[in-house]
This record gives sequence, structure tokens and C-alpha cells, in this order.
Amino acid sequence: MKKGNPVISTEDAAQRAAWINDPKIRAILYQIAVLGIVGLLGYYLFSNTVENLKRQSIATGFGFLNKEASFEIGESLIPYSAADKYIKALLVGALNTIKVAFIGIILTVCLGTFLGIARLSKNWLVSKLAAVYIEVMQDIPILLQLFFWYSFFYDILPSPREAIEPLNGVFMSNRGLVFAVPEWHPAHPYMAMAFVAGCIGVYFMRRWARKRQERTGQIFPVFTLSLGIMIGLPLTIWLLAGAPHKMNVPELVGFNFTGGLNMSPEFGALLIGLVLYTAAFVAEIVRAGIQAIGKGQTEAAMAIGLKPGQVLSLVILPQALRVIIPPLTSQMLNLTKNSSLAVAIGFPDFVSVASTTINQTGQAIEGISLIMVVYLCFSLLTSLFMNWYNKKMALVER
Amino acid sequence: MTQSGKNNIQKEGLKAPIIRIGVVHWIKANLFNGVFNSILTIVTLFLLYKVIPPFARWAFIDSLWFSSAEQCRAGSGACWSIIPANIRFILFGFYPHELHWRPFVAMIMLIGLLLYSKNRNHWNRSFGYIWIAGLSIMGILMKGGLFGLTPVDSDQWGGLPLTLMLSFFGMFAAYPLGVLLALGRRSQMPAVKTICILYIELIRGVPLISLLFMSAVLFPLFFPEGVTVNKIIRAQAAIILFTAAYIAEVVRGGLQAITRGQYEAAESLGLNYVQKMRLIVLPQALKIVIPPSVGILISAFKDTSLVVIIALYDVLKTTKSVLASPSWMGFSPEAYLFVALIYFVCCYSMSNYSRRLEKELQT
Amino acid sequence: MKLSKLWLLVMAVVVALSGAAFAGQTLDNVKAKGFVQVGVNGELFGFGKPDEKGVWRGLDVDTGRAIAVAVFGDANKIKFIPLTAVQRFTALQSGEIDVLCRNATQTLGRDTELGLDFAQVNYYDGQGFLVPKKLKIKRAKKLDGATVCVLPGTTTELNVADYFRLHKMKMKPVVIENTAELAKAFFAGRCDVLTSDASQLAGTRAVAPKPDDYIILPDIISKEPLAPAVRHGDNQWKDIVTYAVLAMIEAEELGINSKNVDEQLKSANPIVQRFLGVSPGNGKALGLDEKWAYNIVKQVGNYGEIFERNVGKNTPLKLQRGLNALWKNGGLMYSPPFK
Repeated sequence: MKKGNPVISTEDAAQRAAWINDPKIRAILYQIAVLGIVGLLGYYLFSNTVENLKRQSIATGFGFLNKEASFEIGESLIPYSAADKYIKALLVGALNTIKVAFIGIILTVCLGTFLGIARLSKNWLVSKLAAVYIEVMQDIPILLQLFFWYSFFYDILPSPREAIEPLNGVFMSNRGLVFAVPEWHPAHPYMAMAFVAGCIGVYFMRRWARKRQERTGQIFPVFTLSLGIMIGLPLTIWLLAGAPHKMNVPELVGFNFTGGLNMSPEFGALLIGLVLYTAAFVAEIVRAGIQAIGKGQTEAAMAIGLKPGQVLSLVILPQALRVIIPPLTSQMLNLTKNSSLAVAIGFPDFVSVASTTINQTGQAIEGISLIMVVYLCFSLLTSLFMNWYNKKMALVER
Repeated sequence: MTQSGKNNIQKEGLKAPIIRIGVVHWIKANLFNGVFNSILTIVTLFLLYKVIPPFARWAFIDSLWFSSAEQCRAGSGACWSIIPANIRFILFGFYPHELHWRPFVAMIMLIGLLLYSKNRNHWNRSFGYIWIAGLSIMGILMKGGLFGLTPVDSDQWGGLPLTLMLSFFGMFAAYPLGVLLALGRRSQMPAVKTICILYIELIRGVPLISLLFMSAVLFPLFFPEGVTVNKIIRAQAAIILFTAAYIAEVVRGGLQAITRGQYEAAESLGLNYVQKMRLIVLPQALKIVIPPSVGILISAFKDTSLVVIIALYDVLKTTKSVLASPSWMGFSPEAYLFVALIYFVCCYSMSNYSRRLEKELQT
Repeated sequence: MKLSKLWLLVMAVVVALSGAAFAGQTLDNVKAKGFVQVGVNGELFGFGKPDEKGVWRGLDVDTGRAIAVAVFGDANKIKFIPLTAVQRFTALQSGEIDVLCRNATQTLGRDTELGLDFAQVNYYDGQGFLVPKKLKIKRAKKLDGATVCVLPGTTTELNVADYFRLHKMKMKPVVIENTAELAKAFFAGRCDVLTSDASQLAGTRAVAPKPDDYIILPDIISKEPLAPAVRHGDNQWKDIVTYAVLAMIEAEELGINSKNVDEQLKSANPIVQRFLGVSPGNGKALGLDEKWAYNIVKQVGNYGEIFERNVGKNTPLKLQRGLNALWKNGGLMYSPPFK
């Protein structure tokens, strides 16, 4: 840039202006700047961490996973003892999280749908009660509810020796809910196979029935027949096997019940707390979903002579589900994430086992990264599944 | 409806109009219209009869309100005495006992400010300054050190003020970050967009408790040797980082609701990106997202209770601490019900307000 | 540019909000701050827990106060930071606290791998079992199949797992990270046996609805020396913490307590004179005021006093001195000479 050469100078300036004002180049510059800042920040934190770890001589790496855990875990879906490795302990925790999330989601959807419909009931009392329930449950932190249920569980229920037996073979005590299950019999796997076969049969039958209806207009009693096949087939096998009815009844031996199936108070409190809390949100979603379907739809369906059950299953639900599913997905994810609060009431879920691991090994970074990765996977899997289901439902729209 | 109508005519003849507007008609129309509903009503009433009288007896008739723990153990009803006996610790935690008026006044001020903000006529330019002034006075009241107030370190803050601070301050501080993230997520620049999406989805995919663990255990490792940050501020940072991701999604919804024409009109006026967003898009988008933002504030308020797990003395932790002393052990239902009531009152008034606002803004 | 400025601002705020704590010079740093930061339990009655006015009480808390007195001559120049089991060691490593008085058991692993140093033991404990009488169990070896209430993430949890494995017994742990909730669960019959440090068992039994319904089994399955911990490598600070505890023990042995300490200043006994700083030397050696031991006894008390005040006969815990008696009385509390 020499002075006294106006021609070049203006050209030069114009060029430079154009260069700096080019949105593409600007965008690249901005992105480099942002990446640079994020990178520098990351590097700063990372180098500090490495420095601190070295200075405090804290062990790093995932080598600890292969060390003996040497702590016991209260409940487990797979055999586990204190002699097993940390990695197995963490697996036990992850399975427990899946267990509570899976059962919780199913129960939540059932209860939430029920409450949502109750909220819309024409019965004033039922509707208002549902409204009060939804409002109260939504406004109290889940953690507080968990604490409450847990203390409620062991404060109200008696010890195993004075267990309440509301039904034959079902015992309720502060050790949890124990109930009788049928004793193992060789016919059981065949019954299970029959059930699966029944399900497949029902699936094809429904397709056939729908096609037939489209062709001829005749309605086939699909529901009754499906129920009949799904229950009837295993039942026949059971009868053929000589109707084995021996039950594995829980008995009080020494300290505790043996036999039967046990649901611990920690699991019970966590499940009840999560379900009751999340169901309130699901109820609102279901209510909004049903209300989003105009009254005209119901009236039109009634006018063409559909029965109330058919109105619901053929007209309202398919439309409402499309409104309901996306927010329902996020509630399911919330339930899964909230199950991490198990650590506060002593249910050995993944966070609980991981925090014990952190405490015993002192390797916090690895432990917390594991927690995050595992929950990210849960979230990803749930949303993948729900997206798939959502797409499937959306197809109905045509 | 038809059934009851018929009955009316048969039984009452010409008197029907009085019945139609009377209590009896209301009951018939709302509780006993049809066989199914009648059964439902009777079953519900029976269940309520089973639950409410024993509860009322426990909570109000047999209960003790101002007694010692020993008297409570002898009684059969609720022991509400645990609340008055420990109320100051539950509400204010470790704040020096003789200075409790300061957090008290600060809380009253916050409630006053919130009530003032309820009226949308007050939302103008000076509104922001009023809030800033109010918050600074609250800060000074809590922290002290100025105007002859004894300084109280934030370590000693606890109870309800801590809960309120973590949620409200968390919300205010998270908002700008959330807006930036939302803008970034809708940006044309792939690198910026990727970073924002990664951040938002990562945070939304993990439970808050993992971030709080991080704040409690890992944050100290991130800083250079010698720098330590107060535990409360670290937890506050975790809550801000967490809330920002959720705000970003809400704001993104608002941005998406702004029609393309608005963007194009702004561009044709020759506004640059910052001007376009600041003058045209954000004012409209942020107005749309006010009701869902209140929703986020409510969940942030409830979520602050999770700091219990990292041993910060918010109102739930102070309550649990009271329950850990031998004399008051075992009265947890009463104490938890009291805390639940506090949370319920706060959240219910906020959600009620958000619903009203939604209606007002829609019309 | 704008963003980097923002970042600078954020960093400035962070630095402004934070205190600087340089390892290796803990004493200088503490003096500069004007208070000692002590990590405590927060939930353990008798060791570290706030009372209904929010004032901290307990044996560990008083140990912390003794350290503050040694440094500043003032028991109130102290900040208590309640920590969970998971947080306690990182809080110390990161410099968030200067000393950890949170009923932490001294073990070889913690002393080495975690980068900590344990100072003088302030309570000798051992792990035992509390069971309801109606179970008619007399020895721990009969506990096969029991449901065991235990605090997670503690040495206790590992010890009990080891013990059951060693004797080929089965157990079902119930873990709750809150002493009070755990005790409550036990009294309600959620578990058959509560295992913890014997001191805590006594305390737990004392607060039972009917204390006579429960017995502590005679078996002690572990050694639990509970000691304040400091960061590894700062010997001066470790000395101060160690001798702050020892001063309380020495004071009890010399018969000096908070009531008679002023008269003792006139004592002709050269040991007492040296201890109380009447004849100087000890304070300078530690880098403290010569009156440091006098101040500890005056403001906090001797070991016997803090023991009785927090966990002794007149408290709900009703603990005997046992291992924590002076060596002259058959205990383990023994202080080296103060010269």
C-alpha cells in the first residue's frame, strides 16, 4: 500500500473489502474461530486434568475393571458375588437399570393412559380426582417422592415374621413383596413355544381378516379369537402335560423368605415413585392427544355405526397416537434418566454401582464417563425404537 | 342424559326446570348419568371414605403441633412438632442464627418481585433494571460485607434460599447460553451446528445427577493447581450447563415458528445477522416460548433437589439432616409432607401462571 | 474476538470466585485465607452433624476446631464442608478442603494410592454387628443368609463382604448412603443385622425405639483407626494436624482441662510449662503461636472433654472409652512427649 497511487489503492481496498465481506469466507473464518475456542478450552481443561492427575498420583485408565470388586450387590439378574470383577458388578448395575426402566415404562404408559382418560371422564368426581392427582404429582420433585415411598415402605409394612398375606402365596413385608410362582416343569418351555406360535398365528390372522374385510366388508371377530388362540394354545399344552399345578410357595426360613419371586422394597419404592410421577405427565399427554382429535371425528364414527370400542380403536387412537408419541418418548427417556436417583434410596442401579466403584478405586473420571456413556446409549436406543414406532404409526396416515 | 331426563319428567312432572338448575340435577348429570358412571362414583366415594377419614384423623385430630419429640412418640397421630422445632434450620440451613432476617427479607423480596412481574403491563424497559436492582439487593443481603452487614460466606447459605438461588439464578444464567445454542443449532455453518447439536444432545441424554457428580468430583481436576471453586458455585455451573440444553430446544421451537418471510424481510432491509436476530427474529421467538420457559423453570426448581446427593444443604437436605438427629428420627412422613407442600405451592403457582399466560398470549 | 473476550471475562469471574490453594504451603495458604476448611461428615451424630441451630457438633468437628485454634488462636476461623463418601478424598486432593475430619479409616491403600497422608488417629474403632434380640443370635458366624444394612462405598462394605466370604456364608446387602435412613430401615426390620463401626452401632442402638430389643454382637471383624487426613507431601501441615490432636490427648494425660488451664499456667511442672508455652519452643518449632496448645485446651478442651461432650456417657450415644482411653487406663491414646 503505497501512498500516491490512488488507482491501485482503491482497487486494493475494493478487493479486500470483497474478500472480507464474502459470506462464505466469513463463515469459514467464524467456524475456525469457534472450533479454535472450543479446542483451546478443551485442551486447557484436558491439560489441567492430566497435570492434576499426575501431581496427585491418581491412577488412570480402565484397568480397574478387571480387578476384584469385593463388594456385594443386593439384587442381580445374573449370578454375582463379591469375588467377581468390577466390570461384572457394573453389568449387574446396568441390567438393574434396564429392569426398572423397562417395567416402569410399561406400567407408566398403562397408568398414564388410564389417568388421561379418567381426566376426560364425564364423571365429575373421577375427572377432578384425576386432575388433582396430575397436578400434585407434577409439582413435587421426584427425589422427594422416592424418599417418601421408601420410608413409607418400611414404616408401614411389618417384618417378614408378621408378613401380611393378602392372597394365598403372596406375602407383603418390609422385605418386599414375595409371591408364589409355578414350580419348574418340563412342559413350561413348550407352553412358551405355544404362546409364541399363537402370537405369530394371530398376526397372520389379523392381516387376513383385514384383507377380507377390505374385500368383502365382513367383520371378523379378531379380538376374541386372538385372545382365544394366545391363551388357548398354551393352556392345551398345559392340560396335555397333565396340568402340573405345583407352586413354588415362599416360606419363611431363618431370616427370610425363600422360594417364590421377591420384589425388594428399594426396587418397589423406585418403581412406584417413578411410575406415579411419570404417569402424571403421560396422563397430560394422553389427554391433550385425545382432545386434539375433534369432536366431529367421534360423532362421524358413531354416525356410520361403529361401536364405542371401535370408535376408540379405529378412529380416535390411531390419530391421537401420532400426537402422543413424540412427547411420550421424551417422558420415557425422563423415566430412564430419573431411575438414576435409585442411588439415593439404595437400589443398586448403574449409577449406584458406579459410584461405589468410584469410591473404592478413586477413579472418578472413568466412573463418571461410564455413567454418561451408558445413559447416552439408553437414551439413543429408546429414541431409536420410538422413532421407528412413530414412523410405523405415521404410515397409517396415508 | 336421556335417561335422567325421562326420570325427571316421570317423577317431577312440570317441576323440571327447578331440578335442572338445582344441586340434585347437577349431581345426577355429573355423577350418576348412566349405570357405568354411577358404579364409578360409588366405588370412588367408597375409596375416598376409606382413605380420607383415617388420614384426617392422623393429620389433624390425633396430631401434635407444638410438643417435644418424646410426647410425639407416645401419641398416635402426626407429629407436626418436628416442623416448628426445626423450622429455622430447615429454611435457612447454616446461615448464622441471629442473621436469619436477612435471607428472610431476601426471600420476601423475591416473592414480591415475582408477584410484580405477574402483571404484563409492567414488562417494559425499566422492568429489567428493577429485576437487576432487586437481585443485587438480595445478593448483598445474603452475602453481606456492605453497608455494615456482617459478611456471610456462600458456604453457609442453605435451605430455601439456596434452592431458590440454584433454580432462579440457574435459569437466568442459562437463558443466554441456551439462546446461543439454539441459534447455533439452526446455523448454516456446519462446524458450529455440529458442536451445538453435540452439546445439546449429549446433555439431554444424560441424567442431571451425572453432571452433579461431575461438578462435585471432576470440576476440581479441570482447573489448574491452586484454583478451587466453591462447591455451591460448581453445582450452580452444572445446573446452568444442564438447563441451557433444555432452553436451547425450547428456543429452537420458537425460532422454527417464525415464518421464513420474517427472515427474508429482515435480510432485504440489509440487516446483518446480529441485527436480524436481535431486532426481528428473537423478540418474536422469545415471546412465543415464554410459557414453555416457565415449564423449564419449574423443572429446574424441582431438579435442584438433586443437589442432596452431593451433600449441598438445600431445603430437602436440611430436612433430612433434621431427621438424622436421634430425637426426631422416624417422623419422616410429616417432614417430607411439609417439604412437599413448599414445593407444591411454588410449582403450582408457577404452572398456573404459565397456563394463564399461554391463554393471554394466544388471544 | 468477542467470544474470546467473553471467555477471558468468564475466567476472571471464576478466578475471582475461587480461592487460591497451593499445595505444599497449606499453612501459608490457610493463614492468607483467614480460616481452615475442614471436610466433615454432616450426617453422623456424635462425629459431624449440625444441631438444630445449624451449629456443627461432634468429635471430628472439635478436632477441626482444635486445628483452627492451633493456627489462628480462634475456634471460629473455620469452615465446615459436608462431604459424601464419594466426594471426600477428591475434595482434599483438589484443595477444596485443607483437612478431612470425616471418620475416614486409615488404610495402606488410601495412604499411598490416593495421595493422602493420615495424621494422628482421633478415634479407634472396629466394625461390629447390631442385631435384634428376638433373632436369638449370639455370634456373627450364625449370620448366614442374613440381610445386612451397610453404608455403601466404605471400608465397612468391603469388610463385611470379606467376612462373609471367609466364613462361606451368604449375605444380601441393603445399602443406603445416609446413616439415619439406614438406621431407620434397620429398626423397621428391613434388614436382620446392621453393620458399622462399633461406635456408631452404640449410637444407633441408643436411638432405637426400644434399645433393649437390640444387642451388639461381641465379634469385631475389623480395625478402624479413624484419623484426620491431609494432602500427601506437606509435612509441616501434617505435623500441625497431628500435634493438634496429640495436644488434646497430652492435656488429658497432664490433667489439664478447659476449666483449670488458667491455673495450670502457674504450674511449676516443667512439662506443663513447656506444653502450655510458658517456656517457649514448641510453637516456634511447628510454625505456630507459642500459646497454641493452651488455646486448644482453653477453647476446645482436652480429649476426654471432647469425647464426653460428643459421644460419652451423657450423650445419646453413651459410648465407653474402651480403646480410646488413655494408655494409663488401658486404652490406645498415647502422646509422645511435648519437648
